[in-house]
Amino acid sequence: MKAELTLQPAEAMGAEPSASFWKDAWHRLWKNKLAIFGLAVIAIMSLLCFAEPLLCRYVIGYSYEQQNLALGPAPPSRAHWLGTDALGRDLLARLLYGGRISLMVGLCATAVSLTIGVIYGAIAGFAGDKLDMVMMRTVDILYALPFTIFVILLMVFFGQNLVLLFVAIGAIEWLTMARIVRGQVMSLKHQEFVEAARALGLRHGRILFRHIVPNMLGPIIVYATLTVPEVMLLEAFLSFLGLGVQPPQSSWGVLIKEGAEMMEVYPWLLIYPALLLALTLFCLNFLGDGLRDALDVRGSKD
Amino acid sequence: MGLSALCLCLLAGCGKRQTLVEIADRAQQYRVSNSDEPSDIDPQIGIGEIEHDIIVSLFEGLISANPKDLSPLPGVAERWDISGDGKSYTFHLRKDALWSNGDPVTARDFVESYHRLLMPALGAQYAYMLYPATNAEAFNNGQITNFEEVGFKALDPRTLEIKLHSPTPYLLSMIIHDSWFPVPVKVIKEYGAIDDRANPWTLAGHLVGNGPFVLREWRMNSHILVEKSPTYWDRKNVRLNSIYFDPESSYDTAERMFRSGQVHTVRQVLPYKVAYYLKNQPGLINDYPLLTTYFYKFNVTKPPLNDKRVRQALAMSIDRRAITETVSRAGEMPAYTLTPPDTAGYTATARVREDPAAARQLLAEAGYPDGKNFPTLELLFNTVENHKAIAEALQQMWKKNLNINVTLHNEEWKVYLDSMRRTNYDIGRGGWGGDYMDPSTFLDILMTDSGNNETGWSNAEYDRLCRAAANTGDRAVRYAEYQKAEAILMEEMPIIPIYIYTRPRLIRPSVKGWYPNLLDQQNYKFIHLDPTLD
Amino acid sequence: MLRFIARRVLETIPVLLIIATATFFMMRLAPGGPFDTEKQVSKEVRARMEAHYGLDKPLFEQYLLQMKHLLQGDLGPSFKYPKRTVNEIIADAFPVSLELGCEALAVALALGLLAGMVASLKQNSFWDHFPMSLAMLGLCVPTFVMGPLLISAFALHLDWFNAAGWFFPRDRVLPALTLGAYYAAYIARLARGGFLDILHQDFIRTAQAKGASGARILLRHAMRGGLLPVVSFLGPAIAGLLTGSFVVETIFGIPGLGRFFVTAAFNRDYFMVMGSVLFYAVFVIVLNLAADIALVWLNPRLRFE
Repeated sequence: MKAELTLQPAEAMGAEPSASFWKDAWHRLWKNKLAIFGLAVIAIMSLLCFAEPLLCRYVIGYSYEQQNLALGPAPPSRAHWLGTDALGRDLLARLLYGGRISLMVGLCATAVSLTIGVIYGAIAGFAGDKLDMVMMRTVDILYALPFTIFVILLMVFFGQNLVLLFVAIGAIEWLTMARIVRGQVMSLKHQEFVEAARALGLRHGRILFRHIVPNMLGPIIVYATLTVPEVMLLEAFLSFLGLGVQPPQSSWGVLIKEGAEMMEVYPWLLIYPALLLALTLFCLNFLGDGLRDALDVRGSKD
Repeated sequence: MGLSALCLCLLAGCGKRQTLVEIADRAQQYRVSNSDEPSDIDPQIGIGEIEHDIIVSLFEGLISANPKDLSPLPGVAERWDISGDGKSYTFHLRKDALWSNGDPVTARDFVESYHRLLMPALGAQYAYMLYPATNAEAFNNGQITNFEEVGFKALDPRTLEIKLHSPTPYLLSMIIHDSWFPVPVKVIKEYGAIDDRANPWTLAGHLVGNGPFVLREWRMNSHILVEKSPTYWDRKNVRLNSIYFDPESSYDTAERMFRSGQVHTVRQVLPYKVAYYLKNQPGLINDYPLLTTYFYKFNVTKPPLNDKRVRQALAMSIDRRAITETVSRAGEMPAYTLTPPDTAGYTATARVREDPAAARQLLAEAGYPDGKNFPTLELLFNTVENHKAIAEALQQMWKKNLNINVTLHNEEWKVYLDSMRRTNYDIGRGGWGGDYMDPSTFLDILMTDSGNNETGWSNAEYDRLCRAAANTGDRAVRYAEYQKAEAILMEEMPIIPIYIYTRPRLIRPSVKGWYPNLLDQQNYKFIHLDPTLD
Repeated sequence: MLRFIARRVLETIPVLLIIATATFFMMRLAPGGPFDTEKQVSKEVRARMEAHYGLDKPLFEQYLLQMKHLLQGDLGPSFKYPKRTVNEIIADAFPVSLELGCEALAVALALGLLAGMVASLKQNSFWDHFPMSLAMLGLCVPTFVMGPLLISAFALHLDWFNAAGWFFPRDRVLPALTLGAYYAAYIARLARGGFLDILHQDFIRTAQAKGASGARILLRHAMRGGLLPVVSFLGPAIAGLLTGSFVVETIFGIPGLGRFFVTAAFNRDYFMVMGSVLFYAVFVIVLNLAADIALVWLNPRLRFE
């Protein structure tokens, strides 16, 4: 029976994980049709959304903010492939633009949570003893709190700008990442290659961030991929409360909220945005699961 | 899987259910979706229409309003006299007007109620409704402390005399408002200090009122139930047995509740659904105009808005009809003046003209030909879908007609109010609902010292005209002054009138005796339910 | 175990202090206040009202005063609802949210565990992929879409339920389903993973060799171990249920604490916001503690470290 890979892919190697590890992982991922499908869909969707200005100008013919008051909300037609919203704006254009915002929020907020989580967890894991205990107890306590409440307060009181949104959402999600990273660092720091680096007299920071962290990319990638859907749902939730992006910009969350209100009268305004969001989330989840299987990463609570 | 389907069916109790409304029709219970939990049903503290609709069932003032035309009907006062100079009103109270605890309603009760309303510590928002009375404003601002000097006097237990500092021909229209209702001062004192806002006298089991209904239940965020009063003087004309107020605040949810037969009426439908109802279910909706204008305010202290040519250009280059027909779409009327047409017989003749070519000319004269070098201004509004849509439409219209750029900035309600109060905006959304039937309720807000001005605009002649109109009782003279004042408004343009509000109310066919009016006043004595019509 | 609980309580106190302080300053420093209204009151009246509630004192003094009241358990008056105190409002609204949360959790556990069990027993078959795909759906459809869809289908078209309200027992069904759906999905996936882990272990194979059926094995041997990841998840799940209820309470017109909290923030009802935030924090901490204790009970190999 093939030796099972454990949480510490570099354990047996002693140095950077060999090229064959990543190759094996990619091979496993490739065999997972669902994950590859997810990856492909995300890639195509991102491409379309970020190419939105070009597409709107040359293919669709309308921009996301161009109103047609006389037309009003109209079902899908030849002129407007997915229909129009209450102000006569082309829904497809708004979906693409909204996708850009939503994906950006997803990526940036995840990046924020990643950064905070990795730094925090790495320090805690590497330092060990008292510092580790204090840091992780803090995480445990923070884990219990309804962070969302603070995000609501933040958005209500300090206005709704996009950057604040990234930071606020990212600040909710870093806890899980910190825990995972800490666990990884703790098991890796006793490896021979770390001893070697220490013997060489390298500084702690250097050891930590240039040698250990690169060995943890597996779980980090997995959880980053799985954080994006949570972030996007969170953004939708804030939009529901009226705390999302400002007009005339929109995001999928805003489009879905508007669509949900008019659902019975103008169903296409809900169907297409909801479908698109659901599809994206589906694909991200499949991709994350696939990555998890490929890199054989276990649950975070160990 | 099969198990859960069975459970679902059991839970549902398959079969046609009786809707709550059908049951209520037969029990003569009027079920109202009241748009929010009332902050308080103290007539002197509760301030919005949400609170008002409940307050008018529990309290009654000197006069009440005829819901068809807002004309005064006898209430606690069975008749009244007005002096020749219009500065003194004498109300004769009926002898069978009782509080719900059996005590008679006396003129003294009214005087003490007005005393309470004007107490500075109470912080009553509508204290200004009593300002026509002599010294009322001074007392409210703490300038005088002896209430005897204020123009309210109980000549005897059933005669109330009100003295005004200037003739106020629309006083009867003001007296309809809740701020003029009596409150049971003796009862209030039993529960705490007379001027303590937190005095719990209005809770269920405590509240004493003099209206056609009494408070039976008040479960916060759940419901308020009022039942027909056994002590009300006109109880034989009250046909409803009870009224149920549901505080659902989401208009979406309220509309679903209406469709599912849980309530008889919903105050307002979301704009995009109005068109749908008007077309497909006209029997369920009543879309009527209100005495409320929707407008945008200019911060006239900030260049280039300090140049009236710029303001005029902006006001002249939008298409109001397009906005009401394609954006808000609730049957609103485009507004070309601040006061709504035919406000108590007054219609302003000076109106804003829609003329994009002339607007471009004005902008060029002001130094911005074809919008060149015009700074990017910011349009401020509070975060509501309809306001956003209108703001976006304005943005596009100004771009198209004047070639200028305007950015949109929405703020959450409180922040928006704060910004407007501090005149911390460029062009800000505004609106004003008339409190009573007279043009002064609109024109007064743009006077220099009005707290609701917020534009920084100050015009001595305008102030003089408004004050002159307030000092005479002759309607023709007053209206002439107001015409001149509005002419100044249209010349100076501190605001852009957009449209006159309508109220698209959902109401079931079984509700009889309900009439739409400009102040959306409810008078439950006229209403009864006919089960055969639902 | 008692030492564990005591230590937790001690750790919680500084946390609550920080939360209270952060909330206090966030609210006071934000623009807009409780007395900003559409029809502005005169400056004098405004000054009087602010004095009445102590809002005219220096900020730090107000902060100390607030902390003192909090320690005494007095959460203060509400600005928006002058006749009510925050204590009253929370006492009234919280049981509703609690009931909704428990029912949603029950739905989530029932549906999730069932799906997870079935999927793990019939791994890689239709009965694995189908429930898991449904679960995915639950994860990807926001509550404020699911709610109106369910209402539209079951309340408006089929007329089985009221569209909104919280009066009759049957009013609980749609809200509990809407709120529980996301967690059911998450639990299904977690449970499946947990059960699969157990099922692949040696002692299970022994039981199978002895002739026990799949379901029997699960229930008798795997349950404890399989529930581990689910119980671990319960902590953040409970926090999420509380906040998720904001949306559900709005859509279904439920008089719970979630709605009060959000409207209080919008209304700058300072004391109400502070009260709700602290209340939520305490509640979630207590439940988290319970979940941790349950975790140890389920897995004797863990200890209270």
